[in-house]
Amino acid sequence: MAAELLRATALHAYYGESHVLQGVEYHVNRGEVVTLLGRNGAGRTTTLKAMLGLVGSRCGSVMIDGRETISLAPHQIAHLGVGYCPEERGIYASLSTEENLLLPPALAPGGMSIAEIYAMFPNLQERRASRGTHLSGGEQQMLALARILRTGARLLLLDEISEGLAPVIVHALSRTVQRLREQGYTIVMAEQNFRFAALLADRFYIMERGRMVEGFTARELPDKMTLLRRYLGV
Amino acid sequence: MTEILGIPVAVIPGQLMLGLVNGSFYAMLSLGLALIFGLMGVVNFAHGAFYTLGAFAALLGLQWFGINYWIALLLAPLVVGLLGILVERLLLRRLYRLDPPLYRAWVIIASVVVCFATWFVIERTRLGATLRAATENAPLLQAFGVNVPLLMAATYGGGVALAALAGVLAAPVVLVNSHMGTSLVIVVFAVVVIGGMGSMLGAIVSGLVLGLVEGFTKVIYPEASNIVVFIIMALVLILRPAGLFGKE
Ligand SMILES: Nc1ncnc2c1ncn2[C@@H]1O[C@H](COP(=O)(O)OP(=O)(O)OP(=O)(O)O)[C@@H](O)[C@H]1O
Ligand SMILES: [Mg+2]
Repeated sequence: MAAELLRATALHAYYGESHVLQGVEYHVNRGEVVTLLGRNGAGRTTTLKAMLGLVGSRCGSVMIDGRETISLAPHQIAHLGVGYCPEERGIYASLSTEENLLLPPALAPGGMSIAEIYAMFPNLQERRASRGTHLSGGEQQMLALARILRTGARLLLLDEISEGLAPVIVHALSRTVQRLREQGYTIVMAEQNFRFAALLADRFYIMERGRMVEGFTARELPDKMTLLRRYLGV
Repeated sequence: MTEILGIPVAVIPGQLMLGLVNGSFYAMLSLGLALIFGLMGVVNFAHGAFYTLGAFAALLGLQWFGINYWIALLLAPLVVGLLGILVERLLLRRLYRLDPPLYRAWVIIASVVVCFATWFVIERTRLGATLRAATENAPLLQAFGVNVPLLMAATYGGGVALAALAGVLAAPVVLVNSHMGTSLVIVVFAVVVIGGMGSMLGAIVSGLVLGLVEGFTKVIYPEASNIVVFIIMALVLILRPAGLFGKE
């Protein structure tokens, strides 16, 4: 098994006329947590979407688990074991909490059982008959994360999961991601919340105007603080 | 450039060709219709649906089993024809001799059962949850690994099958005229708008209720019976643009 699970090379993505990703280059090794940092509009969400082919059009190369996916349809890419937690959470209003949870089809063996999921997120069990969008923001985020853990996906793309949530919930999410990491999941996160990301990530990329402008490991982080301040203003 | 009746001569062969192609379809369809009507005295209201079914059989045969066009030309009519035989055996046959009041009761019961079954599948099963999710946010559903294009084709097939069923049920009772299909489709669209686009329950309830309203109007004020549905549609659009059961 190769160490590398994901690699994007010379990746360009467009929404109609606007050329959003302009030659993205990055990779993620198996079992790693990698965080994409950047200012608003830098292109982190678009990078995650482009992994699944959810942009207007894309070209270049995206290798997942040794396979070129650039010309595959989104559902075919998902079946390579990719789970996606969108920025807007994507909870379906016409589905109950449990229906939302059961919605994504199994992609590979080894996904969590419903019992394991409810043990990990007890709130979801309590509210399983409620309409998905009647949950609190924190519960919706848990649901968006939980439903991709059922599928057996081993590569998780998590977009701003800590955004707009109370500190105690952010803390709980942080512990959850920590546990997923220990269980060997590979995780790509887009994060505004630098403190949330700093605790979890093995490596960081900084994005600006649709490109990766810096990449470094967690160990190099202290030396990179001036750089980060310049790029992000943290 | 030379013209005949204001039409450039050069485009005439192309138009004639198109006309001939359409004419070929009409001919084959009416041949089938005439055959069924002549032999059985049944107006095959479902004919259009079976026509669509034939096209789909060919398309899906190619996509799923790699059956090529020339084989499909033989196979698709066979498959759809067998389906027709089944419909005739199971449904039509026992109806020829039914008396009208009984037949009408049967139509209502069959419709209620089919509508309820459809509603149940959509509201209470996992397949239904997937369909609801597809109406709400299809790209995300596809990113979860659901083959949305295939789901769309299957949904279309299901809708067509419902149309075919309605057609078969209508065959023995509906008055024959060349516009009956067209005018029905317009009313049906109005019903869907009133119920709320994409709302199953809305379609079922407003379908049945509007049928009743129309019937009543025929009794008390026949002049308005043709337009009452459209008046209601206009009112609904003004007061509740998403429809009675639609989500805002
Ligand atoms: N659907 C779209 N159509 C056109 N342009 C878009 C679309 N989505 C994003 N963009 C543009 O692409 C650029 C990158 O957006 P993206 O959402 O990837 O940024 P981001 O780094 O996730 O920032 P944030 O989440 O803070 O808004 C922005 O300039 C944005 O305006
Ligand atoms: Mg974003």
